[in-house]
Amino acid sequence: MNYQGSAKELLESTNISIGDTIKVIKKDISYEGMLLDRAEDADDKHLVLKMDSGYNIGIEISEASLELIKKGEKPKIELAALDIEKDMEKPDISIISTGGTVASIIDYKTGAVHPAFTADDLLRANPELLDQANIKGKAIFNILSENMKPEYWVKAAHSIADEINNGADGVVVAHGTDTMHYTAAALSFILESPVPVVLTGAQRSSDRPSSDAFLNLINSVAAAKSDMAEVMVCMHATNDDSACLLHQGTKVRKMHTSRRDTFRSINTQPLARIENGRMEILDAEKTYKKRGSFELKVNDNIEPNVAFIKSFPGIETDIIDYHLDKGVKGILLEGTGLGHCPDHMVPALERATDSNVPVVMTSQCMYGKINMNVYSTGRRLLNAGVIPGGDMLPETAFVKLIWALGQSDKLEEVKNIMLTNIAGEMEEKSSLDHFLL
Amino acid sequence: MDWDQLGLKMGLEIHQQLDSKSKLFCPCSCNLTDKEVEYEILRNLRPTQSELGKIDRAAFEEARRKLQFKYQAYSHETCLVEADEEPPHPLNEEALELASIIASLLNMRIVDEFHTMRKQVIDGSNTGGFQRTGLVATDGFLETPHGTVKIENLCLEEDAARRIETNQDGVTFRLDRLGIPLVEITTDPSIHHPEQVKEVAYMIGQVLRSTRVKRGLGTIRQDLNISIKEGARVEIKGVQDLDLMPEMVEREVQRQIKLVEIKKELKDRHANIPDKIYDVNEIFAETTSKIIASAPCVMAIKLEGFNGLVGIELQPGRRLGTEFSSYAKKLGVSGIFHTDELPAYGITEEEVIRLREFTQASENDAVIIVAHEKDIAFAALEEVQRRARMALDGVVEETRKALPDGNSEYLRPLPTSSRMYLETDIPLFAIDRDYVEKIRSNLPELPQEKKERIIKEYGLSDDLAGQLVRRNKVEDFEEILSQIKVDKTVVASLLAYSLRELKREGHNMDALDLEVIKDVLVLLEEGKVSKDALSEIIGHVADHGVTPLEAAQSLSLTLLSEDDVAKIIEEIVTKNEDMIKERGMGAMGPLMGMAMKELKGKADGKLVNTLLRENIQKIV
Repeated sequence: MNYQGSAKELLESTNISIGDTIKVIKKDISYEGMLLDRAEDADDKHLVLKMDSGYNIGIEISEASLELIKKGEKPKIELAALDIEKDMEKPDISIISTGGTVASIIDYKTGAVHPAFTADDLLRANPELLDQANIKGKAIFNILSENMKPEYWVKAAHSIADEINNGADGVVVAHGTDTMHYTAAALSFILESPVPVVLTGAQRSSDRPSSDAFLNLINSVAAAKSDMAEVMVCMHATNDDSACLLHQGTKVRKMHTSRRDTFRSINTQPLARIENGRMEILDAEKTYKKRGSFELKVNDNIEPNVAFIKSFPGIETDIIDYHLDKGVKGILLEGTGLGHCPDHMVPALERATDSNVPVVMTSQCMYGKINMNVYSTGRRLLNAGVIPGGDMLPETAFVKLIWALGQSDKLEEVKNIMLTNIAGEMEEKSSLDHFLL
Repeated sequence: MDWDQLGLKMGLEIHQQLDSKSKLFCPCSCNLTDKEVEYEILRNLRPTQSELGKIDRAAFEEARRKLQFKYQAYSHETCLVEADEEPPHPLNEEALELASIIASLLNMRIVDEFHTMRKQVIDGSNTGGFQRTGLVATDGFLETPHGTVKIENLCLEEDAARRIETNQDGVTFRLDRLGIPLVEITTDPSIHHPEQVKEVAYMIGQVLRSTRVKRGLGTIRQDLNISIKEGARVEIKGVQDLDLMPEMVEREVQRQIKLVEIKKELKDRHANIPDKIYDVNEIFAETTSKIIASAPCVMAIKLEGFNGLVGIELQPGRRLGTEFSSYAKKLGVSGIFHTDELPAYGITEEEVIRLREFTQASENDAVIIVAHEKDIAFAALEEVQRRARMALDGVVEETRKALPDGNSEYLRPLPTSSRMYLETDIPLFAIDRDYVEKIRSNLPELPQEKKERIIKEYGLSDDLAGQLVRRNKVEDFEEILSQIKVDKTVVASLLAYSLRELKREGHNMDALDLEVIKDVLVLLEEGKVSKDALSEIIGHVADHGVTPLEAAQSLSLTLLSEDDVAKIIEEIVTKNEDMIKERGMGAMGPLMGMAMKELKGKADGKLVNTLLRENIQKIV
């Protein structure tokens, strides 16, 4: 029960609990209905009643008295276990859930939304998935994606590897959208996979009839069956519930706070478009790892102690000094334009590289490649040892630096890794096609 | 009819759009648009799993097929919220205030805390798959000459998207209407006389009109709940015309009485509805009926004991067969044929006899046929069987659609209890008692009170006062008179008629505010223009954005001095001396016409009349 303070006292003194049918009597009115719980962050001056009409109202309790009409039963949602026979003709796809709700069950009696995490729940809500594949589901965390940490990337990578070792022909990872592109990049570096690994999520929660979860999920399963053994993100292509885009895990970003088509490929074309289970390659020249061309490998050493700093007008050097003093192991800069930060930062960045802390430059423009040879500030930064991040997205470069520092503690080697394309995160050539897709 | 003995019970549900500046949960304006569509969005809705969570593949397939929708959207008129691409913004407090005013006028108790709910609606009319709605007030009442009626609930909710087109590909909606704030007012079912229901609807309408609500077609919708003792609750949706309400009630009561009679008769006849559906193609192989010949397949069912009853009239022109037919139509057929109406439509007597033989129908039985593709015909006949079984129980609880002639037709089953849960994207909204007190002590005058008051206070005619009230101009009228000393009737008729006339003539009246009207009336007060020139000046100001004085000058409508007027009239009289000599005072009419033509707007008509008369009299 979330009731607090005076509301809690009143309920305890009258021995009334959630689910009971009660009468609330006030000077000028009385209401009858079922007592519901109240949001944790709401005040303690109101009780929530669900009326016969289905409406909830809040009743101010300072001069109210309560009368119990009927003790309520605890509503429990029990769904029979599913008994699904394996179809030997179909591929085996594992769906791993990291949090958020893959399905929701609504109890209209109380209006409660019960988040559902299990594979059975997922299949009950989306039975069409079974037409595509044998689906095995597993919940590995239950966290909101803003609470994701680098350690969890490693854990997720191992869970995916377990599924592959157990015979999965492809793995779908259900993930909150806020940091999905960080996880996608991380898995791209940590995992070498012989099968597709597809991250997906929803911008509209699964308790709504209009949720985008289903289309994303069914197309992700189609992608997981394909021969693209890449780590990818599969989300809505447009506002329409008709097709999804399949993005390279290292070159994708959440670009809109709320739209369904929020995930966009940056500095590259999406790998494919999927509609009704059919996959269409968008750029025939773009190469990808084919199914089975690599052995499963987990390179899971990481060093999460990396600072992610954005340059801005008026930035002071003490922000760099602070991180160095705290013992940071790497600094990812999100510079301006072609890869700049103010001149006066140069000595502090020199101090970083002198103390074996790599500094990597990317651009807050997001689109385009950095080039630090054009202006004197850039050249000075290069001379100070700043590593140019090419056309890498700042978030991808941040994740890559964490991973690179896990691979080696030698500055030169880390620099080498950062300058080498490992998982499609860098492209040498910038095409005219690659802007605002 | 003896309504009390019949146990007639009625309730009203009224939906009224509010005239707030923006929608309930986003900043878009509350106006519909007919602009060319700028975006089209394709969406699917899926029924959410509820506590009854078995996998029903068939139901899902069905749902999937039906639940594809197109939405028309715009770059300025609509936004991401209506497109379900952005969470709702906080509750529009202006709308809540309007709803609270209406609730207070209906003597209701406003809730302490308003909770926005999601009511599941998956017919596509809401992009989210639910309508947002909340309970604002309860426990009100309305005194009517037939007794007190309780007003049970007042809810504030968003209007649905506008249905533009339904075709084979599905339904197309436009997002302009989605999210316009709406109050839903529900009475208890204690209305007991057909005239009373009209009265209640009228009185609620008066209350609504005293606040800022939308006017015009489609901005108010009335639904009627009716039952009689032996009947069942039927909801009639979309009653437009208040005057038709009593007629509609009488026809529904008549329908229920007939259905009860039919039920009794069916019982006496031991009526029965066998499951069997016959393929009767061979009977109609060489039919002369065009409808039947053009259909790929003809199917039939037998209704035992129904002979003669299917053709019984329930409402003028609507038979039991029509009810069967409306159920069948829901599955895509254009109608049914029943033996009570055959031979007809090109179906011969001989075919009917063979049909009866084929289905082994006795004299007591009726046969229904449907001509269509086999699957659809089959499904449609199953619906007819289902509806025929219901006839054994008499009146069916259902939602019906009001027809313009006072009849009604089947729409869908009554909605089951609403599937509602909390809209968690919108904070709870506490309504403190000081706020409610403030609203209560500032309630607007009801239209009738207002009209009576201004008749008494300003001596206006009943008609003029009525127009001012209806057009919502009373506040403007009183404001003008408190500041400017001009004739009351002139102001009233300007506000009530002339402005509307100007708008109709195509002047850009939306560009004008009350201040401009006042400036024009100041010219009248100062004697610079005549009252006849007001309209023309206002029209010119609206079109050219000049000041009223500039408008009057450029239209040469500023008043001439009395001397100048006299000079012009003398000239006219001199020029027409012959006519005056010939006709005497009879020349007054034509000369007045000439004078007014020349002096229109530049001189007061009364003055012209006096001067002209004097001048003519000099000659005569």
